[in-house]
Parts: sequence; C-alpha cells; structure tokens
Amino acid sequence: MEFLLAIITGLLYAAGLYMMLRRSMVKLIIGLIIISNGANLLIFLLGRITKGHPPIIPDGSKVFTEIYADPVPQALILTAIVISFGLQSFAIILIKRAYQAVKTDDLDEMNTIEEEIK
Amino acid sequence: MTQQLLLYPLLFQLFLSILLMFFWKKIETQKIISIVGGFIGVFLSALLFYKVWHYGTQTVQAANWEAPYGITFVADTLSATLVLLTAIAGMAVSFFSAASVIPARLRFGYFPIYHFLLLGLTGAFLTGDIFNLYVWFEIIIISSFVLITLGGEKAQIEGAVKYFTLNILASIIFLTAIAVLYGLAGSLNMADLAVLVPQLKNRHLVEVTAILFLVGFGIKSAVFPLYFWLPASYHTPPSAVAAIFGGLLTKVGVYALIRIFSLIFLDNEFLNDLLIVIAVLTLFSGAIGALVQKNVRKIFSYLIICHIGFMIGGLGMFTKVALAGMVFYLIHDIMVKTNLFMISGLIYRIKGTNNVKLLGDLYDKYPKLSLLMFIPLLSLIGVPPFSGFWPKVSLIIATLNEKNYVLLGAIILGSLLTLLVVAKLWSEVFWKKGEELPVRKHFLYFKQMDKARKFQFLAPIVMLAGVSLYIGFGAEHMQQLSNRIASELINNQQYIDAVMPQNN
Repeated sequence: MEFLLAIITGLLYAAGLYMMLRRSMVKLIIGLIIISNGANLLIFLLGRITKGHPPIIPDGSKVFTEIYADPVPQALILTAIVISFGLQSFAIILIKRAYQAVKTDDLDEMNTIEEEIK
Repeated sequence: MTQQLLLYPLLFQLFLSILLMFFWKKIETQKIISIVGGFIGVFLSALLFYKVWHYGTQTVQAANWEAPYGITFVADTLSATLVLLTAIAGMAVSFFSAASVIPARLRFGYFPIYHFLLLGLTGAFLTGDIFNLYVWFEIIIISSFVLITLGGEKAQIEGAVKYFTLNILASIIFLTAIAVLYGLAGSLNMADLAVLVPQLKNRHLVEVTAILFLVGFGIKSAVFPLYFWLPASYHTPPSAVAAIFGGLLTKVGVYALIRIFSLIFLDNEFLNDLLIVIAVLTLFSGAIGALVQKNVRKIFSYLIICHIGFMIGGLGMFTKVALAGMVFYLIHDIMVKTNLFMISGLIYRIKGTNNVKLLGDLYDKYPKLSLLMFIPLLSLIGVPPFSGFWPKVSLIIATLNEKNYVLLGAIILGSLLTLLVVAKLWSEVFWKKGEELPVRKHFLYFKQMDKARKFQFLAPIVMLAGVSLYIGFGAEHMQQLSNRIASELINNQQYIDAVMPQNN
C-alpha cells in the first residue's frame, strides 16, 4: 500500500509540475490543484500508514502499548486542504478576471505591463 | 498573565481587522481606526521588545500544552525586533494608505485585509512551530493576493497571475519540505527539531529537505534564480501596497531562512557554500537589472533583489560578525525599502508618472521634498554615516576574516552598482530638465491636495526617514542589538532551553 501511494504521489507531483509549465492559464490552475493534492498525500504517507490502530491508550495502561496511527499528519492535511481550497477558489476567480482583462488564455501574452498605474 | 504580552501584538492586529470589517462602507472611520491602531500596535510591540531585551526570550505555550506537543510562540530578540519593525512600517503605511490609495479601492475592504497581512507577518515572526509558520505564510499570501488585485486593473491582474503562481508553488514546496522533515524527525516544533535533526542518521535526506526549504523560502525572499515574479508584479499595485510588500514580504522569507538555517540545518559546508553562491549571483543580477529599468518602481524592485544578496551572504558565512552584519542590514532594509516605495508614490502624485524618461526637474520645483527623498536614497547606498553603511562594514570584515574574496568583491560591486543606479535616478528624476507633461484628468496632483492630506502624505515618509537616520547615527545601539541577535543565533541552545525548559 505504501509503495503504491508513493508512486501515486510522485505521479501527482510530476503531472502537476508539467501542467504548471504549460502556457494556458486553465492548465496552470489544474496543475496547482494536482500538485497540492500530491503534497497532501505526501504528508499522509510520511506519517507512516498504520491500519486499524487508532491512537487511543487502552484502559488500564498509561502509555501506548502497541503501534498506533499518528494523528498529527491527518490534522496537518486537514489544515492544508482547507487552505488550498481558499487559494484555489481565489485562483479560479483570478483567471476569470485575467481572461476578461487580457482576452486570452495564453500566459505568454500577459506581458503588456508597461502602462502607468495608480 | 504578563507572559501573554507576547501575543498582544498578534491578537491586536486580529482585533483591528475584525473591528474594521464592521465599518465596511465607512472609509473615513476605517482610516482613523487603522492609524490609531497602528500607533497602539507600535506601543505593544515596543513593550514586547522592552521585555525581551531585559528579561530574555519569552515563550507562550498555546493552551498550556508543553512543547513539543503544543504550538509554541517564541519571542527571542530577533523576533521581537522584527515585530517592532513590522509595527513601525505598518503604522507608516496605514498613514500613507489613508492619503494615497483612491477611495474606489478603499471601499472594497482595503484596511481589514491590510491588517490581516500585518497579522500574518507578526505571526510568522513569533511562531516557534514549523507548520504554524506555514499557516502564517498562507495568511500573508492570501491577504497579499487580495491587496495586489484590489482595483482589478489590467496590469495589476497580469502581475497578480505571476505573483500568485510562484508564491503558491513556493508554499507547496515548503509544505513538501515540512512533510519530509516530519517523516524524518517526527516533530514540528522548531526547538525540538533543533535537537532531533542533528541526531538523524540519514544525512542525505536531511540535506535534500534543507534544499527544499531553501527553494521554498528562496522563492519568497526573491533570490537568484527564483526572483522573476517580483519585478513582474511589485510595480503594479498602489504604491502603499508596494511599500509594505517591498519592505516586509521578502524579508519574511529571509527571516524563515535565518530560523531554519540557524536552528535546524546547521554546520553544513555544502549549504553554506550554496548560500554564498546564491548571494553573489543575487547581488549581481539585481543590481544589473536595476540599471536597465526605466520605471522608478521597477528600479526599486530590482534593488530589493540586489540587497537580499547581502543578507543571504551574511547567512552563508555564519560567523558572529557576519550574522550581526546581516541582522543590521535586515533592520535597515525594512525601513528603507518601505520608504522608497512610498517615495515612488510621492513622485507619482507630483508628476503623474513613474517613467524615468518623462520625469525631471523635481529638485527645481520641490527642493525641500527632494532633500527629504534624498535621505532614504543615501541610506540605501550606504554613504557614511547613513544606515546602509554600518552593516556593510560588518559584512566586509566578516568576508575578510573568512578569506571569502568572491563575496567581498560581490558586496563591494553590489554597493557600487547601487550607487550608480541611485545616481542615475537622481540625475534623471531630480536634476534633468523635465518636459511639460499633459495634465491628467480625474487625477489628484500633489499640489492640488489640501494641507491635511499633504501632511498625511509626507508624515510617514518623514517618520521612516527619521528612523533610518536614527539607525545610521545611533549605529552603536543597533550594533549592540545585532551583536546580541547574532550571538543568540550562533548559540541556539538558549532558544531550545527557553522553549523546552523541562529538558534540563
């Protein structure tokens, strides 16, 4: 299972980076979404996968007696997911506004910044 | 209760931004709250600084969960100093925003978002937990995205797309680095990591993690070759926004690099050499970029990049003298860069353009204002006894001690090129005979403003110029402060002890 997840994480990073390197803005956003999912999966993976052992200390003992699933990475992923939600929704609005302003999806044509600004 | 003093500057910014949201439509009220709040913020940060200076490093464990289990907030001298500088720059920019940002922008929540940005900055300086640092970085970038796009002009949106993409990529790389570090060491508390990471067996993976952090923070602090988003975006938002970005946002990246490389990844020759190489290239590329630009704000943007090189070089040498020089430079740079972008706003209001080709004879028409603008420019170059001079002396002494002549050459050449850039700027903008520019309609020129507005416009520039002068002329105090910070950075045991006293 860990091996499979490791491969998937690598694929997500590669696919995300590839998409980010494309010229289209929509593909850029898709790339960002994919790569941030890859990062989340990586955190999950690096907390070591333990199946069916919640981090609860059994009755009568004071410390963990056997191996347990680390809850910290899951809390981290939750935070990271929420943050990336916010960023992604901002990104989608931003590319919509950019498309309205520049009338193109091509990132290479976004180089007209020589005008004066307030 | 007095322990909680550490959190006051942080909580106060949060309180201010929430309070400001209740006055969403009332811009005038927002201006007053923001300015008064700025003063209180400086007061609270000064209290924190006073306490740290006299009683040593302060810590707060969130919800009384002892480190390394809970989230820790730490204020050592470096953090307290940066929090104070953030508050001072923040107050000046509140003042400046009230006068310079047009109402159409202010109506869409400019001030609440601005104080969220200050909240993020303060939090990033105070946190002692690496994942918490990530969260503060996200708060900073989300607020900065809003500030950079607010107004929605074409150029702004174009700049924002570039700014946005690279900053998100930096955050993802930072998150990846945290994940790998947690997988290796099993902790997120920076003090705990400082104990655990040197004991790790898998040195190669530790090095890779360090590089991931370096790339993530390197994008944020705009070092060579990761800086291209900065000159593409910093000249697009209003000058008040550019001032706070230019003064503080890249410096948060530098702060994070200092923390990571003084606590967690220590004594690695490869990393130190890499930092020095980056510093040299950053100094060159920034300075040469500044030479060819034609827009005042683009010139200043490239100068930001150039001067990041001084700090990275100081960090790369990692001796006490070098670190003291670096910290001194950081202090000086925050004040000067904030002021420079405000000055670009002032020039824009006087002439209606920021294009060097069109500008001219400012000195003829506004001699007093020109002299005021001369102070930060002199500090920037580092003409003795202005503030940029002293840290460079420390840095040069450090390179001589280390026999690192390449960096020595880069520092001297970087300073000379800065001098050349500023001299060119001065002769073009202030001395050259300017042409008559067509008068812009619906544009409030500086000379049309009433007295109160002019005061609001100039007060922050005078104030920061005053702080710069103090840094220059009171260099002895600053040197003391930087020496103390440098010795704290070199001897990180006291940071660890302050966070985890139960270890002893």
